[in-house]
Amino acid sequence: MNKAFARLRTAALAVAVVLATAAVAHAETVLHRGNAAEPGTLDPHKASGTWENNILGDLFLGLTTEAADGSIIPGAAESWTVSDDGKTYTFKLRDGLKWSDGEPVTAEDFVFSIHRILDPAFKAEYAWILYVIENAEEYNTAKETDVNKIGARAVDARTLEVKLKAPAPYFIAQLTHYTAYPVPKHSIEKLGDDWLKAGNMVSNGAYTLAEWVPNDHIKVVKNANFYDAANVKIDTVYFYPTEDQDAALQRFRAGELDTQDDFASESIDLLRKELPNETRISPYLGIYYYVLNIAKNEAFKDLRVREALSMAVNREAITDQVLKTGELPAYSFVPPGTVNYGGPSYISWKDMPYGERVEKAKALLTEAGYGPDKPLKFQLRYNTSINHEKIAIAVQSMWKAIGVQADLFNSETAVHYNDLEAGNFDVARAAWIADYNDAQTFLGLLETRAGPQNYGRYSNPKFDDFMAKASLDADLTTRGKLMADAEAIAMADQPVIPIYYYVSKDLVSTKVAGWVDNVFNIHRTRWMTVNR
Amino acid sequence: MLSYTLRRLLGAIPTLFLIITIAFFIMRLTPGGPFDRERPIPPEIEKNLLAAYDLDKPLLVQYFKYMGDILQGDFGPSFKIHDFSVAELIAINLPASIKLGGYALVLAVLIGIPLGSIAALRQNSWIDYTVMGVAMTGIAVPNFVIAPILTLVLGVYLGLLPVGTWGGGSLRNLVLPTIALALPQIAFIARLMRGSMVEVLRSNYIRTARAKGLTERIVLSRHAVKAALLPVVSYLGPAAAGLMTGSVVIETIFGIPGIGRYFVSSALNRDYTLVMGVVITYGAAVILFNLLVDLVYGFLDPKVRYD
Repeated sequence: MNKAFARLRTAALAVAVVLATAAVAHAETVLHRGNAAEPGTLDPHKASGTWENNILGDLFLGLTTEAADGSIIPGAAESWTVSDDGKTYTFKLRDGLKWSDGEPVTAEDFVFSIHRILDPAFKAEYAWILYVIENAEEYNTAKETDVNKIGARAVDARTLEVKLKAPAPYFIAQLTHYTAYPVPKHSIEKLGDDWLKAGNMVSNGAYTLAEWVPNDHIKVVKNANFYDAANVKIDTVYFYPTEDQDAALQRFRAGELDTQDDFASESIDLLRKELPNETRISPYLGIYYYVLNIAKNEAFKDLRVREALSMAVNREAITDQVLKTGELPAYSFVPPGTVNYGGPSYISWKDMPYGERVEKAKALLTEAGYGPDKPLKFQLRYNTSINHEKIAIAVQSMWKAIGVQADLFNSETAVHYNDLEAGNFDVARAAWIADYNDAQTFLGLLETRAGPQNYGRYSNPKFDDFMAKASLDADLTTRGKLMADAEAIAMADQPVIPIYYYVSKDLVSTKVAGWVDNVFNIHRTRWMTVNR
Repeated sequence: MLSYTLRRLLGAIPTLFLIITIAFFIMRLTPGGPFDRERPIPPEIEKNLLAAYDLDKPLLVQYFKYMGDILQGDFGPSFKIHDFSVAELIAINLPASIKLGGYALVLAVLIGIPLGSIAALRQNSWIDYTVMGVAMTGIAVPNFVIAPILTLVLGVYLGLLPVGTWGGGSLRNLVLPTIALALPQIAFIARLMRGSMVEVLRSNYIRTARAKGLTERIVLSRHAVKAALLPVVSYLGPAAAGLMTGSVVIETIFGIPGIGRYFVSSALNRDYTLVMGVVITYGAAVILFNLLVDLVYGFLDPKVRYD
């Protein structure tokens, strides 16, 4: 063959080799996650939403962390001991723990982080979660000015000691929350607010922040200095803010999203037909309820009225016919699945057939003095959303059947909760998602001292008493029993009408492995793999 | 022409000022604040937050402080997206809206004007009826119906085009949102063009031109089209401003990182500074495009002269 052809052949071969190597070298695993909404911030001490949690949990590692099934496992701390009185925790940090820039993660970083989020000048919305720590509340509300009085100190570079106000068995679970994440002291001291910018951000989790285009995507890449980097299989994760659930469903069907957080209840029939293996519905620690304004509405001060209203609500009809996505009817305030709990304590008439309940409700209202010539009238309000509206309409008609006139009123979420805290309502829709797996996060809402968060201002000293005793009890079993007793009192008083327990609804492509349904709907990318 | 432009630009300043003032007070007087959530914040913390953003001061004090800050180019921090300032958010996201809006505008003009002209030239023929029928449909059917249908057919079933995201502005990602955004505009422009063209073709000077023996092509291109464009150009002014500052619906459905979504989300979130930021941007865009429209008038209509 002639020279030119030979040269051409060699050149072609060389190009092929280069391309092949390039292809192999660039074969990185990418995951596309649909993440409900745009984060307000990626500073773990300023965040407050589940969608922020999804990203922050990949960027940072707290003392404890979640396994794929949501259970609590050691994170930055490899072990810990608790004092006998349950108030002093001593954590041993892992050896060789590093920030993404190679600097070591030390106990000082954790102390710095706790001081930072509790600093009143820092304006952290969620700081109150850490109030269980000694002097945390006092420092955060400026009653205590010496930051070193806060019960957290670095015994040495690898040992952190935390002192609590009172024993709190859920403290270890709380440490998985982003309020307890460490932030890099050395980076913040050098860069100030700019430490958060993509390219600057130093984190200690499985991933680091590579890019943030607001309203478009957040890109995180694998952190080579993560202690468990060898087991992290996905190299790059893109988080997209997918507020429009229908549009997100389209993208998921087109294969542009591998996972999607939440879908509209209306889509359930389509999903069960077209994507049965990708639709994941699982119990979620949250309660949806209607709260009665006991403080301001005279009618609701009568237990018979409250009970009648609660009895007349057909929860099964709501979950099975209105929502259809597997939510469970609720007859208690604390959802089942809450750990270390002696309950849930259910409403006494839980097993009464619905027809009988309606008759009983009518009788109770007549007894209380209401009837066709003096009908019970009030306003039912909810924050604007298709599902809330459907449920409100259903409940309105259920109440009409017992002679009660409820007028519907909806407002945006911000206005709705503003009015609830101020007590401007008769009956209102509300919900609570657990901050940590413990009954206290729910029952705390019904304590007198909860103030504005106890929207209806329910106040029963016996209830408060049980809760106070429980908060001082270090033994998980007796504590659980005390809280169950408290719930029993509340369920007898019926200040709220529990409607359903939440379920988490996700779409997960069959190509993704390692996504395990759990009651927190927390799925850290470090446990996942993708097979394309 | 130059002095006219300068006078218009100077006149824009008090207009913008008025827009900002009205928007400011309406936003602040609406119930609800930026820190109201599903999960209420303890009162001391809320107090700290309000104080940190000067939200606890009297409204007039806040107003003057805000006006002072704007004049120095500081549009404030966003209350909801904490890690970015309002100026940064608009700077990052406006280009996407402008690009998408620009393409949609060009597409709408390139298709709408010829369609309308053809319909006018073949008035009352089947071509005319078809074009106007399609135009009516385009106007009547909302874009949040058209867009999902397009994505379903072309994106999900046929897999030809990406269903969502911006992809950094790549052409493939632009196709579907541009079409969805342009369709109603094509419809409007076609109808406007046809209507005004029909009228122009009936006028005396066109009859004179034809009587003079000019070819139909010259009659149309040199005389008729320019005159018929006037109502279309008037429409295009505010339409361009609206397109360039983003359509909430299209941006939400296709996941475009533009500022359109901010209009709605910042109002619902009571993110006061971001609301003001997008209002100012939109106000400036409308003023600018209206000025451009008036200048184009000067080229199109010999009866209009600026001095």
